[in-house]
Amino acid sequence: MTTVAVTQPRVVRSEWTKFITVRSTLWSLGVGILLTLLFPILFAAVTSAHWGTMSPHERADRHPMDIALAGVNVAQLAIAVLGVLVITAEYSTGMIRSTFLAVPKRLPVLWAKLGVFAVVSFALTLPAVIVSFYTSQAILNRHHILQTSISSPGVLRVIVGSALYVMGVGVFALALGAIIRNTAGGISAFVGIFFVIPPLMNVLPLSWNNAISKWLPSEAGRQLFALTRDPSRFAQWPSGAIFLGYCVLAIAIAAVLLVRRDA
Amino acid sequence: MIEATGLTKDYGEKRAVDGLGFTVQPGIVTGFLGPNGSGKSTTMRLILGLDRPTAGDVTVNGKHYAQHPAPLHEVGALLEARSVHTGRSARNHLLALAQTHGIPRSRVDELTDFVGLHDVARKRAGKFSLGMGQRLGLATALLGDPATVILDEPVNGLDPEGIHWIRNMLKQLAAEGRTVFVSSHLMSEMALTADHLIVIGRGKLIADTTVEEFVRRASRNVVRVRSPQALKLGDVLKDAKVTQVEPGVLEIEGLDAAVIGDTALAHQIAIHELTPVQASLEEAFMELTQDDVEYRAA
Repeated sequence: MTTVAVTQPRVVRSEWTKFITVRSTLWSLGVGILLTLLFPILFAAVTSAHWGTMSPHERADRHPMDIALAGVNVAQLAIAVLGVLVITAEYSTGMIRSTFLAVPKRLPVLWAKLGVFAVVSFALTLPAVIVSFYTSQAILNRHHILQTSISSPGVLRVIVGSALYVMGVGVFALALGAIIRNTAGGISAFVGIFFVIPPLMNVLPLSWNNAISKWLPSEAGRQLFALTRDPSRFAQWPSGAIFLGYCVLAIAIAAVLLVRRDA
Repeated sequence: MIEATGLTKDYGEKRAVDGLGFTVQPGIVTGFLGPNGSGKSTTMRLILGLDRPTAGDVTVNGKHYAQHPAPLHEVGALLEARSVHTGRSARNHLLALAQTHGIPRSRVDELTDFVGLHDVARKRAGKFSLGMGQRLGLATALLGDPATVILDEPVNGLDPEGIHWIRNMLKQLAAEGRTVFVSSHLMSEMALTADHLIVIGRGKLIADTTVEEFVRRASRNVVRVRSPQALKLGDVLKDAKVTQVEPGVLEIEGLDAAVIGDTALAHQIAIHELTPVQASLEEAFMELTQDDVEYRAA
């Protein structure tokens, strides 16, 4: 034994070991990647097969990047579930007590979990999105109007943006899990914020809807991988900043509660 | 060394630990005794910094638990509640905890062997029996070779061989100069392992004494006598407190068996049984804590 102390790098190492030594991690990541790859392939194949019978209006609605990123919206749920589980599974099994006995200052655990999960979700989503981009392009190669290139304006930004978005979703979900400390509660909260509240906005008058929706984390985050600017939303970078703000807020609340509450 | 002063913890309206003050010395096994729900586990959680005291203070080896730069080297703990991810193997569980302190993998293997989990070290901890879970908990507690060991009901779920093993290990750890603090709700268990006792009831300190002193204070000196002439014997033994527990059977307090036997012989009274009855520690403990039991069968 060299210096005898708990250090942040050591806690990161420990959290990495924890992360890769439970099956739920591998399952969720596997499902997330599979969805990211599978949906664009399906979407591209269906589009290609039906292109001849589609109305001009329908054709105009199809955009190659929407097809390439069709899996991201679904995959984010797998990543979010895993993000919640990374912390709530420790509470449900009692592991959190062992964790806090080893690292009684607690915050290094939160930073390590967030760091490991952010890096893993970004490092897996980015290549998955790149692969799904090239695969869907290959399937659509008969349709010149649906061809684009990674060097076309905005394409690379959208690809990287989608991976950043998934990473942010994972981080946000992990923080939610740390706040709520219960798997079902954490997942419900995430689904509520990202999947239930946004469509509910449609019952509001349009002017209200537009005024509110652009501030929602899901809508702000989505602009990170929107190729064109939606006039009812903020531009990409302000939207990205709002999304980041939500993540930082959730992490800050989680950090304060983690230190204050009894384990 | 564990030092608590005025330690108090409220959960909402309920006071779980109430102004506890005690010192746990190194080099001996200190038993922490109390009925279920008396605040033993809460006290241990307060010592370990898992819960924050409402009032008062507790330190381990001179510092608050969280202030130790390498807590696993200072204090090893086995909590009563399971504290292991059910989906992770015993070995990976220990490894992840070891890594927070830079403890090498070889130490993990050493400990899985030591607690007898070598063959199941790669199995998911969720499949473990209660006894195997306790062994894993012990391995976790000993991971950092700590100066202080805190064990909450360590013999729970262990078979007789495992219980024997734990008793010897606790004594061994104390003999090495470590502070050993062990809770139990079983007096008899503590009588076999502990040198010193801290007894609590309803979160309050009831006794802080050596086991010998506790036993001496607790023991009534009673001899059980069976005789066909029980009533006559009772008359003869005027000086003692005699109770007839059933026809032909007396319980005699205040005289030893030899005196009773000799007296009976002198008066030619036949005796069929003469048994010194040491009031069980269990009884003594119950007597001591009866007003402080939180939950009781009707």
